[in-house]
Amino acid sequence: MFEDLQEKLEKTLKKITGQGRLSEANISDTLREIRRVLLDADVNYKVAKQFIDDVKVKAVGQEVLTSITPGQLITKIIYDELTRLMGGSGAELQLNPSGPTIILLVGLQGSGKTTFSAKLAKYLMARSRKVLLTAADVYRPAAREQLKILGGQIGAPVFTIDDSKDAVKIATQSVDYAKNNGLNTVIIDTAGRLHVDDELMDEVVQIKNAVNPTEILFVVDSMTGQDAVNSARAFHDKVDFNGVVLTKLDGDARGGCALSIKAVVEKPIKFVSLGEKLDSLEVFYPERMASRILGKGDIISLVEKAQAQVDEKEAEELEKKILANKFDFEDFLKQIRMIKKMGSLKSLMSMIPGIGSAVKNMDIDDKQLVKVESIIQSMTRQERKNPKILNGSRRMRIAKGSGNSIQEVNRLIKQFGEMQKMMKMLGSKGNKNFLGNIKNIRFN
Amino acid sequence: MFNKIKEALKKTSEKFINTLTEVVTGKAVLDEDKIEMLETIMLQSDFGAEITDSMIDTIRKDMKSEKIRDVETLVLTAKGVLKDSLITDRNKAFEGENLPHVILIVGVNGVGKTTTLGKLANKMISEGKKVLIVAGDTFRAAANEQLEIWAKRSGAVIFSNYSKDPASVIFDALEKTKTEKFDYVLIDTAGRLHNKKNLMEELAKVKNVIKKQIPSAPHDILLIIDANNGQNALRQAEEFNSLLDLTGFIVTKLDGTARGGIIFNICSRYKIPIKYIGVGEGTDDLLKFNQEEFIDSFFEEILKK
Repeated sequence: MFEDLQEKLEKTLKKITGQGRLSEANISDTLREIRRVLLDADVNYKVAKQFIDDVKVKAVGQEVLTSITPGQLITKIIYDELTRLMGGSGAELQLNPSGPTIILLVGLQGSGKTTFSAKLAKYLMARSRKVLLTAADVYRPAAREQLKILGGQIGAPVFTIDDSKDAVKIATQSVDYAKNNGLNTVIIDTAGRLHVDDELMDEVVQIKNAVNPTEILFVVDSMTGQDAVNSARAFHDKVDFNGVVLTKLDGDARGGCALSIKAVVEKPIKFVSLGEKLDSLEVFYPERMASRILGKGDIISLVEKAQAQVDEKEAEELEKKILANKFDFEDFLKQIRMIKKMGSLKSLMSMIPGIGSAVKNMDIDDKQLVKVESIIQSMTRQERKNPKILNGSRRMRIAKGSGNSIQEVNRLIKQFGEMQKMMKMLGSKGNKNFLGNIKNIRFN
Repeated sequence: MFNKIKEALKKTSEKFINTLTEVVTGKAVLDEDKIEMLETIMLQSDFGAEITDSMIDTIRKDMKSEKIRDVETLVLTAKGVLKDSLITDRNKAFEGENLPHVILIVGVNGVGKTTTLGKLANKMISEGKKVLIVAGDTFRAAANEQLEIWAKRSGAVIFSNYSKDPASVIFDALEKTKTEKFDYVLIDTAGRLHNKKNLMEELAKVKNVIKKQIPSAPHDILLIIDANNGQNALRQAEEFNSLLDLTGFIVTKLDGTARGGIIFNICSRYKIPIKYIGVGEGTDDLLKFNQEEFIDSFFEEILKK
């Protein structure tokens, strides 16, 4: 996400680094380039203009300390300004302490509301909420079917009235249904609508008035261009949403609309959605996104994501084993399973600073993990513990058993050997708490 | 020497005549505001910084050389530039010379592929054609149910099989065209982001499978572009075109306030025509692309003031 914007800003910043001091002239060059970067990233032209003006005022007025380079200074100014524009700090989903929490999803056609509603349901169910999905899109053919299928996939009940054209009635009855069935969270999926369609905008207002939602989320496609400000403003004026959801961030869109919307309606981005898998949902952290745009990477996200999924004890044991140089195929298998739990390998790697842009064009196939897993599973316990005994006939058996070629088995064993060597080095250098070190990294 | 004087005189007289015309006709005087207005219109319509900046450069140059002196000429020049960017070498409408005419619909998620396909089927059937719809999106939940409803609305024949992968569904569907006569075959595909290599390869496979059944097909491969999308649409066109050799675009959701200006940059790069525009969710809300009208729509505002 935001990769291109990040790359471009990095490029313009490199140009200014090493020029001694900020001068009016070298700033104006960079700022012009940043304007272009922002426009190419779909930041609204007015927001971009304001951004450039603000940065200019701040940059020119400031003294350059001898201890920092001009590049560092302007990075900080741009970073601060980007962070400010995107909301300052993260915003959590509001929950209703008494009675059911009702979340209403609104947005244009094709922004990804239905997919997001299932993702949000899964996310909340993992946090012990009892969720009801409400299919209130009565216009798009088979929209209700779609939500029913998605609900089935994640094990969430779905409420709708099949032949009804009355979205307000469906929404209202679903809340009663939730109350009567001990469900404390209702996610209402509504039809996509254009903000200039008065009739449909009135419908969504009626739904709002009827169910009195705890949260109203405006779902927006991260590929959206300049018009994002118009639709966001119109939806905001009509239903006064609390937060924004940015979808399809697994694409290569620069996502400048996130900045624009934030600037125009002053509402936080609460979630980002990145993929068609129902667990590819993340909370939005503006500071991290600003860091990311400036090429610092999103290592804090990465660490937190890992922490949520990896059992602390397992990690400790792993660390011990690495230090004692006893890391075997059994541990490797565990690691693979952790990575799989955390989401796609590529999205994980793209969050590491310095790797982000390198990974962009690489074709990382998550199927490779499945393959590796199958090879290790075909090994006996003894072989996993002590890979040295893997001779030709054992390798042949493993290849056959796992349905892979002998070459693939050989390659894995060789790579594993190299990994063990690397870990040995890590252990001997006394990097005892290297996982802990990563956790403590902070920016600025 | 003589020529130079003649040239100078000509220029002077031209200038004089123009000034006179301006006084007599009351044509708007061109000032910096109008240029800024043009820039704003282009930027907020998603033309992108590249095209906008080069347009403004052209206009300024023409003003310096006095080719442009009033708003009308300014608009005419701008329209000319845009018109040129839409020139293509393959501006053919769907023609039924190879029957059935097979059309493959592709695009990123949520741009309106299925809806557009439904409207396209409706249009063809209202023209008395026999249409087969193939539900090639076997990924998205209820995608085939959505198409079935569209098929019912238009009276098209539909082929779907949710338990198979898209390539085999399409292969089986085209088998049907060997015994039954169809004028058009419309193939829907799952939405996919253009940076997903595996999913894009699946599309290449789909194209090959179509060729296996009907060597001259697909006769059209249409990329659906959401007018709400900004500069990323350029990346979409780039990736889908390099993989599939597109024959046309359909720009959807033009009934909102988004203008889809990025399409000019796309068309000028790839010389691929816009075939239709989508203007709503009704069965008839698909219009043949009208270049003049589309271009004119961007300049109403600037001419008003």
